[in-house]
Amino acid sequence: MNEIIFLVIIGAAIFLCLLRMIKGPTAPDRAVAVDTISTITTALLVLLGFIFKRYVYLDVALVYALLTFIGSVAIARFLERGI
Amino acid sequence: MIITGIGVIFLFLGSLGIFRLPDVYNRLQAGTKCTTLGAFFTILGVGIMEPAWFLKTLLIAFFILLTNPISNHALGRASCKSKVPLCDKSVVDKTKEFKECHKPIYE
Repeated sequence: MNEIIFLVIIGAAIFLCLLRMIKGPTAPDRAVAVDTISTITTALLVLLGFIFKRYVYLDVALVYALLTFIGSVAIARFLERGI
Repeated sequence: MIITGIGVIFLFLGSLGIFRLPDVYNRLQAGTKCTTLGAFFTILGVGIMEPAWFLKTLLIAFFILLTNPISNHALGRASCKSKVPLCDKSVVDKTKEFKECHKPIYE
């Protein structure tokens, strides 16, 4: 029962970030919203691995955190000085 | 279970700050701190609930604790250099004292 409440709260959080990503006036707003969504998704993957009792989800979460870090730094470099 | 609940609530509060605050820099502040602490507590709570997974969850949590402030700092520096304006209620802008932040990038 508690896991369902956790999943609903995390879904609401991702929905709020998604609204900011659609609405955001400038490009860095959208980049910040995407970065926050990626961090929330890493926590969500670990929580799903606990709910489904799958150990593989931890590997997926580790690789996902690494790739989104590289993606955020690449977006920041692009906003700073262009391609 | 309680630690995971605290982490999930922190994740929701950070996302609420992203939605409500008026400026890029305020949103960065809310997003970085609340999301880092929330993800750390959520993952560590799962590691405490499943003791066999504790080492790998500790690895993921420390990786997030190291990399999330770095990427958000890079985003804030990029939005300062691409001259995103502050909101109207902002009082002080210390970056005007440094020439390095406002010089043109291409000579």
